[in-house]
Amino acid sequence: MILVWLISILFVGGIIAWLSERINPAYPRIIALITVVLDLLLMLSVLGSEPNAGGWIASVNAEWVPRFGISFYLALDGLSVLLILLTGFLGVIAIGSAWDEIKERAGFFYFNLLWTLAGVLGVFTALDLFLFFFFWEVMLIPMYFIIAIWGHENKNYAAMKFFIFTQVTGMLMLVSILMLAYFHLVQIGNLSFDYHDLLRIEMGNQIEMWVMLGFFVAFTTKLPSVPFHSWLPDAHSQAPTAGSVILAGILLKTGAYGLIRFAVPLFPEASLSFAPIAMTLAAISILYCAKVAFAQTDIKRLIAYTSVSHMGFVTLGIYAWNEQALQGAVMTMLAHGLSAAALFMLAGGLQHRIHTREMPDMGGFWVKVPRMAVVALFFSVAALGMPGLGNFVGEFLALLGAFQANIPITVISAFGLILASVYSLWVIQMIFHGEYTDKKIDDSHLTDLNGREMFYFGAMMLGLVWMGMYPQSFLNLSQPVLVELLNNTQSIFAAVVQN
Amino acid sequence: MLDLIWLLPTYPLLGFLALVLTSGRLPKKIVGIIGAGSVGLSFLTAAIIATQFLAGGEDYFVKEVWAWMAVGSFTPGFSFYLDGLSLVMMLVITGVGFLIHLYATGYMADDPSFSRFFSYMNLFVAAMLMLVLGDNLVLLYLGWEGVGLCSYLLIGFWYTNPANGYAARKAFIVTRVGDTSMAIGLFLLFAQLGTLNIQDVLHAAEAEWAVGSGLAIAAALLLLGGAVGKSAQLPLQTWLPDAMAGPTPISALIHAATMVTAGVYLIARTHILFEIAPSVQLLVAWIGLITVLMAGFIALTQSDIKRILAFSTMSQIGYMFLALGVGAWSAAIFHLMTHAFFKALLFLASGTVILSVHHEQNIFKMGGLRKKLPVSFASFLIGSLALTAFPFTSGYFSKDEILLAALEMDGPGTILWVGGVLGAFLTGIYTFRLFFIVFFGENKGHVPENEVGGIHMNGPLFLLMILSLVGGFIAIPVESVFSHGEVHEEHHVSTLIHGFMIAVPLIGIVISYLFFYAKIFSIEKLMSIPISQTLHRFWFSGWGMDWLYDRLIVFPFLWLSKINKADLIDSFYAFIVKFARASNAMIVRTQTGYIRWYALSIAAGLVVLISIGVLL
Repeated sequence: MILVWLISILFVGGIIAWLSERINPAYPRIIALITVVLDLLLMLSVLGSEPNAGGWIASVNAEWVPRFGISFYLALDGLSVLLILLTGFLGVIAIGSAWDEIKERAGFFYFNLLWTLAGVLGVFTALDLFLFFFFWEVMLIPMYFIIAIWGHENKNYAAMKFFIFTQVTGMLMLVSILMLAYFHLVQIGNLSFDYHDLLRIEMGNQIEMWVMLGFFVAFTTKLPSVPFHSWLPDAHSQAPTAGSVILAGILLKTGAYGLIRFAVPLFPEASLSFAPIAMTLAAISILYCAKVAFAQTDIKRLIAYTSVSHMGFVTLGIYAWNEQALQGAVMTMLAHGLSAAALFMLAGGLQHRIHTREMPDMGGFWVKVPRMAVVALFFSVAALGMPGLGNFVGEFLALLGAFQANIPITVISAFGLILASVYSLWVIQMIFHGEYTDKKIDDSHLTDLNGREMFYFGAMMLGLVWMGMYPQSFLNLSQPVLVELLNNTQSIFAAVVQN
Repeated sequence: MLDLIWLLPTYPLLGFLALVLTSGRLPKKIVGIIGAGSVGLSFLTAAIIATQFLAGGEDYFVKEVWAWMAVGSFTPGFSFYLDGLSLVMMLVITGVGFLIHLYATGYMADDPSFSRFFSYMNLFVAAMLMLVLGDNLVLLYLGWEGVGLCSYLLIGFWYTNPANGYAARKAFIVTRVGDTSMAIGLFLLFAQLGTLNIQDVLHAAEAEWAVGSGLAIAAALLLLGGAVGKSAQLPLQTWLPDAMAGPTPISALIHAATMVTAGVYLIARTHILFEIAPSVQLLVAWIGLITVLMAGFIALTQSDIKRILAFSTMSQIGYMFLALGVGAWSAAIFHLMTHAFFKALLFLASGTVILSVHHEQNIFKMGGLRKKLPVSFASFLIGSLALTAFPFTSGYFSKDEILLAALEMDGPGTILWVGGVLGAFLTGIYTFRLFFIVFFGENKGHVPENEVGGIHMNGPLFLLMILSLVGGFIAIPVESVFSHGEVHEEHHVSTLIHGFMIAVPLIGIVISYLFFYAKIFSIEKLMSIPISQTLHRFWFSGWGMDWLYDRLIVFPFLWLSKINKADLIDSFYAFIVKFARASNAMIVRTQTGYIRWYALSIAAGLVVLISIGVLL
């Protein structure tokens, strides 16, 4: 039942936050904060419970539309726990970053924010594919509003692009889901959208590949991966800071989660033969987007491209499909969730203070805002994969595992480590180093990070150090899930290899 | 007590945290005490641990502090490994490191970012200790990247000047090319041998790989890539001279005594891997020799006091690589240690000179400083003698061992020896060129009022002078580490050849004397010959390597980035949008509202359909 609570608290909290605006415009943010903190505490309470024999920590399964075999089936295992904790944590941070920034229609804003989070929690826990698709849409639409209403100068274009990319590919996934249910009808005799039922379906090679691609395209659009990535820079540069935090920190991870939970396990044979292509796309994402990132002058576009580049390591790890690689993918998801969210918040903080995102207009800010400079340095260094911080653990494991699966692609991908240092250090140079001289910008509001900001940046820094120095606390949660997935596919892979 | 080895990196790490969290609010005196004191504590601990370890008579000692991660069979831990090799390294790092920290409390006293400086320095020492004490390659890699980060932060310490930022980024990125090669080497070792614990890797490689097998060669080559990056050897040497943009104590600590020798440490640590890849080991010797000579020629032409020392460092590390390449493992580590003494001395003394002449670094604007700067003069005299391997100074013993080992090697040994001796000759010339120009003759620019100093700065100089003089008598306890492959026999070299070896650098000194002190030979006359002008330009630019890399890598990358700022892939989607809009506009135009138009199009459509029907 706790899963229903987790999600419905956010839905209800969202509505209350919206309504409360009529009483006092300052209420929505307080209500939103209380709601998400409550949700986070509830999530933490789950950590203590022992998983059952199947590895599930909590689950709820009720009939929804029995005629079509659709049920309200949510379940939580170690992998989902990690991701919902990330969602809760970044949810609190996102509200913190919106605290001063969002003044207009705050009630509706926090409503959308909480509903997106609810959708994400649903995505991370749904084990009925119809329900999964439902939540996939639930997280999309409020996000569209967040960009379209509270965004910057080109918000309509960005919001529409985000919507079309996600919607079109979401439709492909829906077709694939319906195909799966249909195959269940043909083979077993009834319609079912239950994950465990659908795992057992046999399809012909050709058709399996097409159905798998429906999932793959939807998930790699969300992730995103080349060639479906180009909505992300627009969405990020236009979204308000809290939107970017949710987008980079959490929404992108639903794509990766989908690949691990659905795309590979449901279609192991097709995935195996598709793996070289997926890994190639990953390598291209890593290198190509790192290069494009370096060319950007708009700081948020730059960070957006680096996100695509880092998510390449996730795809690489997933399609290498061994324990180190998968753990690497999961750790990269978590660590990048924090580091990218923090970098977007820094960018948003700068934009809030000096009303520009153009880096050539900045420079020498270290003197003016030393605390912000140190924080930015920390997260840039984390992003470029410094050992001792979480991102290193993720990317190193992903590459270590990928090397065992495909040497040439891994070697090429490893060059991303060099390019990451090129663009990360360039950002520091452009904004914080150099001489502080008269700029074109109005710097009257260029103040250093305040206590509230230091608090949430500090929390994220501690998180990354924890992940980097003792990743075992996280690895232990995902390990049984990933090993189970590997075991399930192993026999199928062995059969394919024998043929 | 040995169990407390984890305290070594912990002290400076705590110092770093204390300085970062107080972010410049502490008085300078306390910052100095934390900064230098934490490293001093590390040194004391290291000394006690070293005494106990040597008294215990064990070959090695392992202390696991905590398990870092465990993913399948991949289980690196925060575990420290102490043997003769890491013992020498930890003593050099904490000992020389402490002296340099102490010196820096004086050197940086007037800097507004005093606290930031010491926080980076402490972090550096912590990372460097992780590097040499780590018992697995992942922990070594943590230290390896950590020192690279600190090097970046400290080269760009005075960040308001964009040139410093450029130098810092260049250092980080060029070494990261090597680091990435090393990381791939780690992946390969793990995929093949199933472990990254250093001793297990070495044993497994020895057991499973035949001498000269492809895997052994690949693994050794990839690790060598990391080593040449960190140690500024060919072809990744270009970052080191620019790295001199950092404060001088940094150049002494990071870019002379410790970090740049990490590559030597890495190869010595994994020497068994290189022994089963003899072709790569020979490559190490050649890389070392070529770097010795290239850097030597460049140093002849430079005018910036720190750049001369930087090229000399590059050249001396070349000797260490040469030693590794001919299998003289302990000679390489011995030279690493003596070099740390005399090069730290030279850099710190150059710091005193630079401060005393108001931040002038061009040696041609100095001159005649002997009387005004007596401590620097003495330091430079002793440091230069040790650097040129003057008999019975520390550098003499270590360089002698390297050259003898090269001479006794079969095959290309003689050529390597000739090259090494030529390098020693160059060393004699460029070192004393600097010495004579700065300390003798007329003053051509700044006349210092008095020598900057005080006990903080002069104390370390005196201690380093003593170490540079007598450091050659220290016996390093590394036999058990290398006993595996090293041939232990007395050198059989005729006295004549040995005498020649000793004499060559002295001839270099004499030539320098004749050119720059006695002025019997005229440098102007030499420079009036066109060929020497061309050579001078070529060497001054570092053999044009920066020029070459700019054109081969940097400019194409910048060009590619520039033309594709708008992301080619996005223009495909933009095209779809345009196409949809255009076709919409076209079809909208057919909606004219005129009945006759609609009638006409219906009729035309019918005609087309019927004709298709008829034709088929």
